[in-house]
Amino acid sequence: MKKNTQKETLRKVLHYIRRYWFFLGLSLLLAGVTVALTLYVPVLTGRAVDYIVGPGQVDFDGVFSTGVTIAVMVAATSLAQWLMNVCNNKITYNVIRDIRGEAFRRIQILPLKYIDNHGSGDIVSRVIADVDQFADGLLMGFTQLFSGVLTIVGTLFFMFSINGWIALVVVCITPVSLLVASFIAGRTFSMFKLQSETRGEQTALINEMIEGQKVVQAFGYEQKAMERFDEINNRLEKYSLRATFFSSLTNPCTRFVNSLVYTGVGLAGALAAVSGRLSVGQLSSFLSYANQYTKPFNEISGVVTELQNALACAARIFELIEEEPQTPDDADAAELTDVQGQVEIDHVDFRYKEEVPLIENLNLSVQPGQRVALVGPTGCGKTTIINLLMRFYDVDAGEIRVDGVPVRRATRHSLRRNFGMVLQDTWLKAGTIRENIAYARPEATMEEVVEAAKLAHAHGFIRRLPQGYDTVIAEDGGNISQGQKQLLCIARVMLCLPPMLILDEATSSIDTRTELKIQEAFARMMEGRTSFIVAHRLSTIREADVILVMRDGRIVEQGRHEELLEKGGFYAKLYNSQFEQ
Amino acid sequence: MKKLLKYLDSYKKESILGPLFKLLEATFELLVPLVMSDIIDKGIAFGDTGYILRMCAVLVALGLVGLLCSVTAQYFAAKAAVGFATKLRRALFGHIESLSYSEMDTVGSSTLITRMTSDINQVQNGLNLTLRLLLRSPFVVFGSMVMAFTINVKAALVFAVVIPVLCAAVFGIMFAGMPLYQKVQKGVDRILGITRENLTGVRVVRAFGKEADETAGFDRENEALTRMQTLVGKISALMNPVTYVIINAGLLAVLWRGGVSVNIGELTQGQVVALVNYMSQILVELIKMANLIITITKALACAGRIQAVFEEKPSIQASAAPARKAAEGRGAAVAFEHVSMVYKNAGAESLTDINFAAKPGETIGIIGGTGSGKTTLVNLIPRFYDVSEGRVLFDGTDVRELPLSELRDKIGVVPQKARLFAGTIRDNLLWGDETASEEELWKALETAQAKEVVEKKDGGLDARVAQEGRNFSGGQRQRLTIARALVRKPRVLILDDSASALDFATDAALRRAIREMEGAPTVFIVSQRTSSIRYADQIIVLDDGRVAGIGTHEELLGKCPVYKEIYDSQFDSGQAGRAAGEGRAAE
Repeated sequence: MKKNTQKETLRKVLHYIRRYWFFLGLSLLLAGVTVALTLYVPVLTGRAVDYIVGPGQVDFDGVFSTGVTIAVMVAATSLAQWLMNVCNNKITYNVIRDIRGEAFRRIQILPLKYIDNHGSGDIVSRVIADVDQFADGLLMGFTQLFSGVLTIVGTLFFMFSINGWIALVVVCITPVSLLVASFIAGRTFSMFKLQSETRGEQTALINEMIEGQKVVQAFGYEQKAMERFDEINNRLEKYSLRATFFSSLTNPCTRFVNSLVYTGVGLAGALAAVSGRLSVGQLSSFLSYANQYTKPFNEISGVVTELQNALACAARIFELIEEEPQTPDDADAAELTDVQGQVEIDHVDFRYKEEVPLIENLNLSVQPGQRVALVGPTGCGKTTIINLLMRFYDVDAGEIRVDGVPVRRATRHSLRRNFGMVLQDTWLKAGTIRENIAYARPEATMEEVVEAAKLAHAHGFIRRLPQGYDTVIAEDGGNISQGQKQLLCIARVMLCLPPMLILDEATSSIDTRTELKIQEAFARMMEGRTSFIVAHRLSTIREADVILVMRDGRIVEQGRHEELLEKGGFYAKLYNSQFEQ
Repeated sequence: MKKLLKYLDSYKKESILGPLFKLLEATFELLVPLVMSDIIDKGIAFGDTGYILRMCAVLVALGLVGLLCSVTAQYFAAKAAVGFATKLRRALFGHIESLSYSEMDTVGSSTLITRMTSDINQVQNGLNLTLRLLLRSPFVVFGSMVMAFTINVKAALVFAVVIPVLCAAVFGIMFAGMPLYQKVQKGVDRILGITRENLTGVRVVRAFGKEADETAGFDRENEALTRMQTLVGKISALMNPVTYVIINAGLLAVLWRGGVSVNIGELTQGQVVALVNYMSQILVELIKMANLIITITKALACAGRIQAVFEEKPSIQASAAPARKAAEGRGAAVAFEHVSMVYKNAGAESLTDINFAAKPGETIGIIGGTGSGKTTLVNLIPRFYDVSEGRVLFDGTDVRELPLSELRDKIGVVPQKARLFAGTIRDNLLWGDETASEEELWKALETAQAKEVVEKKDGGLDARVAQEGRNFSGGQRQRLTIARALVRKPRVLILDDSASALDFATDAALRRAIREMEGAPTVFIVSQRTSSIRYADQIIVLDDGRVAGIGTHEELLGKCPVYKEIYDSQFDSGQAGRAAGEGRAAE
């Protein structure tokens, strides 16, 4: 990540933290207290040691009073430390809660285009994994970076106040451990890169072979797969060994440098003590400072990488949060009420991609209660029409009017409430069947829910489920069949029955009996309602008032069944290829 | 984990030497406070500068030896852990490759991929840390105590009290936090669930105008998660302050006890300093140990999951009996006799009492709704699953009595999902028959109507295929997978709903080409649409796992109501081109 984007991200993070300024201030204050007290304790311990000089020379009063002071200090330190951690937790978890909430709110107003293009996996990983990683880094930064820096400063202060020369020894040797650590890190970086590249290569092969296991077995490719796997696996062993070994050198090496510091302090201290410039107690304080001083150095280098990582994650989250939302409804947008169901599509142009023209100059007038069938090969863009009617996407030119009101000038909410939609991609919420049927009207009574289920021919199978209407549907809906899901989606619409319908008849994965039920339920719904149907059934198409024939995303023909057959165009060809070979 | 340890067998030397050198290093580390105490008591007390210098040299030497031991230990540990993981990965991959369809269905490929990758990595890291630290930390803790005892028994008694108390505090806090961490994880899962749900169902959410309600639901879970996280934070934040209090209480006790002892001449000042140092060392090691235990627990859980995969035994074992010579060309190529089939863990039969015989060169259409058993039926021919009752005959021999490879070599399968593999087009085609010549490859491509697909690509046969064949369209992929099956010149060709993305003209040409292929294979075409199988020699109509009718299109229209119902209900404009491989279609 570039330096200035990093700065920019940091600024945004601070913006979120600012709400918790009180806890932040408290945390910083407590950190100061903790560090100061922690550093003062070795001085006291040293003083106590000095009261214990030799046989008959122990000043018990001195030891006792120092001991009491130490006890008080320790109690205060641990309390301050605990409170500081609690503050840090509070800030971190509240900040990420705010960020997650913000991200989720943004998802609700993002244009469909963004969601269609990005795939749910990517967005979910931003909201969950990135936020988590960010929290870890933030927390670590709080607890370690600040107190680490304070510790270094404090230790230096105390050491210099006891004895400048010895302090100088510590200051001079310590950077060596940093040098060693960064030297090793630099060397191992390329090895880690090799390792992760090879690992990636192996994961790709594993993915492919395991996911394609059935093909592998059908073609007897097992042996060959094993050979390819072995080749990568052996390379990985070599690279992993190097990476693991070299990176594990950091600890022993810094420990060695630390022991040099320790020895240096011991030597300088002992010599100073011999000449009477230092007491044994002070030497003991120095020795524990030497340990305390080097620790934060080792930690800080880790914290900095962690923080950079956290900022990178934060940047990905902010990307989502700052994504341009859909154009908001006009301030004076109309509420569509008492809709009759007259739909006009007037000179509409639309394209998903700038350079690929899709719908050009589409005109269609649908009277209340009419049926429009959308017909064409799979993937021909029938959903595009649905996208435009529901205003999931806005048209590029021309306009769509419902009861004479241009949809652009109505609130999205009221427009969509007037459409009942049953898609082939059956989506149900994790929750009970009742909750799902009553999705649009949570206040509906049990009687109403059952009535809707009956109308949708779903009552029968729901009753047979162990918990009936209270059966919980898992997130992926694994416990009920595809056809049953579709019946539930129909029941969901049945409960509110808006004046206009959008139905997808595609039932390729549904058994014949359920298919018949769905057909009946559809027929019942469509009575007296303006309906747009992605049609697959001959009966639906024959009875439609208008057939829109689509091909490659474009509407190529438009008319009634007989007219289109007479015309002998694409529709006629489709129809004939099916029945008159 | 125990069973997995056999993969460590060839690294016995490393897994013993690693910890051993680590202990050596720790021993040297334990000596340091003693040396320092000598510096104080002998060097400083008597003003012996020479002694101080010598002792400091000893300290540096101890550090250096410690460094060497430690580096050696790291090397052996890394070697053992990496080698172990390599062997384990290889064994697991081989095992997974040997699993039959039935196990793949129950375990699921995404699970297996996780086991192969992140789980094994976790185990590798866990093992590496274990080899390095598991012995070291307790050793240092108890070593410090022993050293303290050698200095002075009375003062060391403080250690005997402090260490158990410290252990209780460290592990108490750790184990108190663990179940709460799981709750946090569940909270995260719920948030993840809601987010994913709202993305996949974005159209429905917006169609019903439920954005506000969904946001409220999310806020509730988000708040609950935050509360849980804060609670866990409070508990785990106890770790440092509590251990700090305990260790300092111990320190005070040592000072007091030390003071008494020094006063009566039992102990020197330097020895008190040494005792204080040992006390701090213990704290550091105990914290390390707590972290190590978390890592090991995780690694053990991963190891358990890996072991579970090893315990999945392939249900289909190759025939041990010598291959019986199949009587080629006579009688039926494929015959089902009273075949029933129940999937593992499924209660009901997926196929019930299926009987039919396909003569060599015939085209068999199989039709029925989803879940009616079409794919199950064709999967029994190459013995991807075993029948529960009855038998499947290939050239008159029960498929269970034929060696698997010999059986599958004679069958070309084109599965529903057109799956290509990363590599070149040639690599993919050679899956069918490794020895196929250039000419044979082109011939197969021509029959599969894929010739122009390959010709249009830069590099022809050597054009790159991206993972999962992403750089090809659905129709191109389907034609290439058909070609792949044709390369092996199969005696039986199975097309499982595999021409759905082809347009009408291509499809017709494909049918004609397959019919004219030399050696005229027996062709099975699975479809949900009557138009695809209309001209087959025999059509098998399946309904809920049973045969609802067998015959030609005309016969079935007259006598089979299920078939008629399907036929009448279909105007499948979307699937117009589905009539793949309709053997005799154009005749």
